[in-house]
Amino acid sequence: MRKGQYTFVTGFLLVPVALYLVFVIWPYVQTFGYSLTDWKGQSQDFSFVGFDNYAALFEDDVFLGAVWHNILFLVFVPVVTILLALFFAFMVNAGGRSRAGGVAGVAGSKFYKVVYFFPQVLSLAILAVLFGAVYRSDAGGMLNGLLLKLGLIDADQPVEWLNEPDFVLWALVAVVVWHGVGFYLVLFSAAMQSIPRDVYEAALIDGAGRAQSFFKITLPLLWDSVQTAWVYLGIVAMDMFVLVSTMTSGDYGGGPDHHSEVMSTVMMRNFLYFGKSGYACAMGVVMLLLTLIVSVVTLRATRRERLEF
Amino acid sequence: MGSTSAPNNEGLGRRDLIKRSAALGLISVPTMSFLSACASGGGGDTNTDKPKGEITKDNPFGVAKGGKIDVVVFKGGYGDDYAKAWEASFNKKWGVTATHTGTQEITGKLQPRFNAGNPPDIVDNSGAQKIKIDVLHKSGQLLDLAEVLDAPSVDDPGKKVRDTLIPGTIDAGLQEGKVVALNYIYTVWGLWYSGKLFKEKGWTEPKTWDEFLAICKDATAQGIGGLAHQGKYPYYINVAIMDLIAKTGGLEAMKAIDNLDPKAFVGSDAAKQAVEAIYEVVEKGYLMPGTNGLEHTESQTRWNQYKAVFITSGSWLENEQLKQTPADFDMKFMPMPLLPGSKMPYEAIRAGSGEPFIIPAKAKNLAEAKEFMRMMLSKEWSTLFAKEANSLTILADGVDPSVKLRPGTQSTVEASKRAGTNTFRYLYTEWYSEMDTEIQNASNELMAKRIQPAEWLKRAQAAVDKAAKDPAAKNNRRD
Repeated sequence: MRKGQYTFVTGFLLVPVALYLVFVIWPYVQTFGYSLTDWKGQSQDFSFVGFDNYAALFEDDVFLGAVWHNILFLVFVPVVTILLALFFAFMVNAGGRSRAGGVAGVAGSKFYKVVYFFPQVLSLAILAVLFGAVYRSDAGGMLNGLLLKLGLIDADQPVEWLNEPDFVLWALVAVVVWHGVGFYLVLFSAAMQSIPRDVYEAALIDGAGRAQSFFKITLPLLWDSVQTAWVYLGIVAMDMFVLVSTMTSGDYGGGPDHHSEVMSTVMMRNFLYFGKSGYACAMGVVMLLLTLIVSVVTLRATRRERLEF
Repeated sequence: MGSTSAPNNEGLGRRDLIKRSAALGLISVPTMSFLSACASGGGGDTNTDKPKGEITKDNPFGVAKGGKIDVVVFKGGYGDDYAKAWEASFNKKWGVTATHTGTQEITGKLQPRFNAGNPPDIVDNSGAQKIKIDVLHKSGQLLDLAEVLDAPSVDDPGKKVRDTLIPGTIDAGLQEGKVVALNYIYTVWGLWYSGKLFKEKGWTEPKTWDEFLAICKDATAQGIGGLAHQGKYPYYINVAIMDLIAKTGGLEAMKAIDNLDPKAFVGSDAAKQAVEAIYEVVEKGYLMPGTNGLEHTESQTRWNQYKAVFITSGSWLENEQLKQTPADFDMKFMPMPLLPGSKMPYEAIRAGSGEPFIIPAKAKNLAEAKEFMRMMLSKEWSTLFAKEANSLTILADGVDPSVKLRPGTQSTVEASKRAGTNTFRYLYTEWYSEMDTEIQNASNELMAKRIQPAEWLKRAQAAVDKAAKDPAAKNNRRD
């Protein structure tokens, strides 16, 4: 490097690093500090309680239940979203009938690509309202209306989707998946288009079917994108705050009777509603640790040799 | 949802959030200098608080003609038209011009003004962004309202203002023994029905639980749901359960819950009877289908469409449903029907006050502000409020009978007149939010038939016992 270049680069980095320290790192440190106190959130008098908050966390059934729900989300949201997105992306890009040796998507694939992306442009708040109408618990709900027309349920006994302990989590998974598939479809499509045609053509000549060309060519060459998608979706699954707090019952959601509780909703309720702010900070610290662990594990577990093409 | 002021359900948009946080950033810098100015021994400016007008019997605070008053009002469920009507009336009487601000951002607009020492003259400090009363009080920002409350009433100069109010309603504004906030709106809770539907079907207001169940049965047979509740917020069904407990077991049963008695629920006959009564509605299929999962507005709108006979709510219901209510709906309020052997009469209702008005101690026009508040507690202004905001005020018998109110509001006037001193108000909802939430969860399970009354009692008692373990619980007690 030429002389003076380091000073130049450092000069540019100084501001962002300072901002990062002040607005990201310092709040983390503060949160950890507060998590060791019995702070109530309204004034600055509190006392130090050591690790009592953390000890209490491990006996709090509601919080442990919430951790379990986050783990369920962590498993099902990425798996279902990525599988669906991969399937659709493959069909849209390389799933069509081969015409004269060429490789193309199914008929109307351009149209599908646009349509699948629609959900992604909706904000989470709109999504919550939309699916509120879908899952509405009386005959006015879309699902209930449909089931009624089909004669599968009785008008006096509609399914209270979001008020059923056995359904509520899956109803939420469906919303996240519906929202996410379009985006990852586009992501995977872009990656698939960068795979050279001749690789597919060679496989076709060798007699590979759709399934074989997908598993033997597409997937291995797409691995980087899948890995990224997994990390992003993992972070979505660790959060879930907006949907759970707006769609389910209870203060900051989590109902019925804590069956859809996630860590962030328990935290917010304790922080703002119950005035147990120190305790909520301890939850925040645990959430941070778990999210870090999930990211690291995902990146490690999916690490593979990069294929050059 | 457990507030006496009308729930304001407008969310905070992302753009607003960004705008506000930017604004907050901008504010916080100058605020710091104000704070440091305060810390470094402000208080140099003397309050020029001498009355400008002559003090007479009709003008106890010495308001001068041609003065000014700065009014800030929370513009939520009740709107701010009532305040504009007041200001017009104030101008007519005193020639005082009002500066009017109707806003939802009380903290954002007022915190800098309080810190700079130029607060408005009177504030409706309400809504999600209100400034905490105890914080304002502790920093010496609030005027002790005793002066206004001890002034002669506008309607009857022989009486003090405080003696014209519904008993107990000013207690909600107490801080360390002083009334520093005037909780102006009077709310009643109970059941609501459509007068039109009742007339059509030939039903009469049920006074006992058996009569209530009979109407539910009749309605269900005709394809109308009996009871609707706002299932997504179990706060509302708890109104029914807790009112039944209080009316069956009397004030003792209510205080047992507020005072975290070890026999508040398990071992209390009133609680057992009440929960079993509510569960009977569920078991016999008298609930409006799907009501357990509905938003409050969805449920209330269904009720407005005659899909259910009864619904539980507080008196903000009529204003909240203004647009959805058919013109001939004839909305009516009624107390909870009685269970056999009840200690309170049928007319007894849950009632309380909300929407705190404050006068900043450093207000520039104190005389005008005090006079304004005195006039708020006159029959004329109380009537204006009832007309513009469809709700009652804490002024006893405060609505001119010649004024035609909306039917629901009119029925609450009559109900509270009939109730007289037979009113009650739970306080555990304000004191123990965690316990409140746990009882609400249990009620949600009960309504969905996932638990039985015995289990509900056990869970509610467990919530009480848990709250009692907190050493701070000793500070709250009612006798």
